[in-house]
Amino acid sequence: MTPWWRTKRPAHERISERTFDLLCLTTAFVLGVHAGHLPIGLTLALLVALGLRWWQRRYRPGRVPGWLKLPMLAILVGAVVLDYGNLFGREPGSALAAGLLVLKLTESEAPRDARVAAAFACFLLMAALLFGQGMVATFVVALGLLPALTTWRSLEPVQVSPTLPRQLLPALGLLGASLPLALTAFVLVPRLSTPLWGTNGASAAHTGLSDHMSPGEFNELLTDDTAALRVSFDGPPPPQDKRYFRAFVMWNYDGRDWQRSEQSASTSIPVEAAKTIGYHISLEPTHQHVLPTLDVPLAAPLQSQAHADGEVFADKPVDEMREYALRSALDYRFQPNLDIATRMHALQLPDGFDPRTHALAEQWRKRYGHDNAAIIRAALNMFHNDGFSYTLLPAPLGRNAVDDFLFNTHEGFCEHYASAFTVLMRAAGIPARVVTGFQGGFWNNMGQYLLVRNADAHAWSEVWLEGRGWVRVDPTAAVRPQRISLGAASAAGDQLPWYQSGSLESIRNQWDIVNRWWNQSVIGFDALRQRGLLTPFGIGEADIGLLTKLLVICVAVFGTLGLAWALWRRPEGDPALTALRSLERKLAHAGVVRRRSEGPQHFLRRASRALPGQRTELDHLMRCYIELRYATVEPSTESLRTFRQAVRNFHPRRVV
Amino acid sequence: MSVLAQWQRLQQWAERRLPALTRHRRQEDLPIELHRRRIYIVPTGFGVAFTLLLLVMMVGSLNYSNNAGLLLTCLLGAATSISMLVAFRTLNGLRIRGVRAGHAIAGEPISVTFDFEAPHPRQAVRLDLGEVSQAFDIDGRADVSISIPTEHRGWLSIPRLRIWTTWPMGLFRAWSWVNPHYAVLVWPRPEFGGPGPSLPQEDHRRQRLHRGEDLASLRDYRSGDSMRHVAWKASARHDNLLVKDYEQPEASHEWRLDWRQLRGLDNEARIARLARWLGEALAQGRQWSLWLPSEAIGIGGGPSHYARCMSALAVLP
Repeated sequence: MTPWWRTKRPAHERISERTFDLLCLTTAFVLGVHAGHLPIGLTLALLVALGLRWWQRRYRPGRVPGWLKLPMLAILVGAVVLDYGNLFGREPGSALAAGLLVLKLTESEAPRDARVAAAFACFLLMAALLFGQGMVATFVVALGLLPALTTWRSLEPVQVSPTLPRQLLPALGLLGASLPLALTAFVLVPRLSTPLWGTNGASAAHTGLSDHMSPGEFNELLTDDTAALRVSFDGPPPPQDKRYFRAFVMWNYDGRDWQRSEQSASTSIPVEAAKTIGYHISLEPTHQHVLPTLDVPLAAPLQSQAHADGEVFADKPVDEMREYALRSALDYRFQPNLDIATRMHALQLPDGFDPRTHALAEQWRKRYGHDNAAIIRAALNMFHNDGFSYTLLPAPLGRNAVDDFLFNTHEGFCEHYASAFTVLMRAAGIPARVVTGFQGGFWNNMGQYLLVRNADAHAWSEVWLEGRGWVRVDPTAAVRPQRISLGAASAAGDQLPWYQSGSLESIRNQWDIVNRWWNQSVIGFDALRQRGLLTPFGIGEADIGLLTKLLVICVAVFGTLGLAWALWRRPEGDPALTALRSLERKLAHAGVVRRRSEGPQHFLRRASRALPGQRTELDHLMRCYIELRYATVEPSTESLRTFRQAVRNFHPRRVV
Repeated sequence: MSVLAQWQRLQQWAERRLPALTRHRRQEDLPIELHRRRIYIVPTGFGVAFTLLLLVMMVGSLNYSNNAGLLLTCLLGAATSISMLVAFRTLNGLRIRGVRAGHAIAGEPISVTFDFEAPHPRQAVRLDLGEVSQAFDIDGRADVSISIPTEHRGWLSIPRLRIWTTWPMGLFRAWSWVNPHYAVLVWPRPEFGGPGPSLPQEDHRRQRLHRGEDLASLRDYRSGDSMRHVAWKASARHDNLLVKDYEQPEASHEWRLDWRQLRGLDNEARIARLARWLGEALAQGRQWSLWLPSEAIGIGGGPSHYARCMSALAVLP
């Protein structure tokens, strides 16, 4: 005798064609969600292998011979090693796993293989989320669970087999039903405050602002329209021309690149603020330390340090969504007293570069004397009037980059203008520096927040004026005022990709509110937020023990609900008898009570004698009941319905 | 000792010592309804493995603080636990209304039909009886036939059967043992060849007597009877037409089969021979009577008479 726990199955049981189709669909889905980061060649090769296997099993049924499988495995491993250099890590690991899933299909003939393959596909679907957990990506991945769950369902011995789309529906229902429990568990599962093992999030290279500025650096950035940060203000947002977000301050120029200077963190930022604004930033992962802030921050937020020039650096790289709240000055005197070392630093220029620029600066200095403001005006006028143009594809510059730009090419974008202007100022003896960050952004009225994209990256200058401190001067605004008032996209004109232009862009801006909601409520739900979960109920810090207790309680509640559903049965019993009882109750109200020894026929006869006005109705009821009870073995539903209808419509009128 | 044998010993011990767990070892009367006190549910091997995989996925997404991954894992976990309830619900409220069995002679499998009823539709329920397994769906009522091997004549109790399911995803197995109080009668196996029955002594007298009569009997007129057979004189004395019945074939000799004539054989051989004679009589369209130590069965013919005689043979001690 086979032990009862072991399923009896013939040794050569094969999965049905439908199951295999579902399995192929699941695998194709997995390849689809991983296609974004797998090498395109590998994705295509795996898809072709999957298609061939599907065709082979359908039209040339049989096993794939072993001598074919082993070389395929070797080729897969070889391809992954060739592409990534090793087999371990997130990218090579998922590439290898996706390949193994396709290889698993070549030997999937028994139900057990199909089960294992579908479970492995579930794991791979989840792994795809490690590469990006946006809302759309998550939904697509969740959809991928449908064919996987349906694969398991299709292995059960069911007599009816619906069409493929109809077969997927029950799995959708199952996922829908499990959503409440899943969400509860998601909220209450205690988060780890420190990872159990090393996470190498920084490996994902993402171009963001960098801490140095070289020609062409911004080019890539200005066409990258992923969100960089979202800002909500305490009160009305500042006007468009005040929305400058400071990230890096560049001091050192070597003739080609601008570099920030390494400096120790200062305890406070030397700013005298007249008007301040409080705001809250949620920053997308940058894998850098820098925290962009509005204009000049008053102090550094938690777990970060500020520098005297207004830069703010977090203690740890921003590898996940980071939220911080702080205050900034809108009207201010920034470092009104400049010490001599800083002043020298802000005047530094490399020797032997840009002679024509130096000559121009000296010429202005002679003409305007000590009037620094006049020199600044002269420079901006030059940008405005002397045929300078704004373009994302400027001509390349030679060794004397600023000379080339000012006197030959006359075209460039923010970094060219900021760089040339700062060099001009320094040459004229005015302390100046380059600031990079973001400018502008889209104000989402519905969500009341400012969306700043990477494409809003910007570079401007700050000059130090006696009595006023550091003053922001944006030379790009002199050339292309729309850049400041309308944003990067309108300044670039038709040089941007199609998805960044016109009405589509505005739709995408509005849609961002959903992304923000997703980022805040799902992706940004970390250990800190979880602890504050119970604040509305008066518990400031929910520790892991309490969360676990809550989780257990909630799971128990859901379990009880589920058990109640599982144990619930349709009220059974004899429907005809139930209807007769209801009729008896009605007649008892009218004064005709059924005696214990009385059969239904006798009782209803007596009732019709007692209520002569309703004799026909009662006779009809009696005939119906007798027919229902005794005419056939299995009464038809039709006659049952007639009887119940008649009982419902019967209202005894008391005889006076 | 093999693992299997050890397991069986353990099972027997459990059934002896833990009647609460296996109390449905006792036979129960029909109808039998499965309810929560007798439905057991455990994860399958695959279910355990999948739960481990879910744990790995959860720890991984927690470690990388990947909330989307955690959400997906929670979704899968919740779906898994709901599938457990669905498995339970597939069996809960299932009722065996009755059992029907055909006839079979010893050594041949007998087909037993279980009459299932369920208040709401169920899918992928399986019935195991010994070595055979049968899957079925139920929508209201369902008849499930299963073959049971037989060895000896006589009453055969239906062995304990297991109703189980791994619906919907094969992650959990819900099962219930059912031991219906029902036995099927297995007829004796006829011997393969041998002498025919000796004709009774008084046959000639009775045949002569028959031949002298004009008609065997009178019966009521049935549509389709020939007018020439109507017994007009007799009909005149009754309300309805009577017909002379010539049905009785002249050539047919009735067989008087008698246990006592088979001296010199042991009981089983006698039974096997009588069974063969019964079969031959049925095949040749004869009438027969049967005398057994337990009872005497009068003259008759046709399948129902045959079934009665075979059943009487089957229950002989």
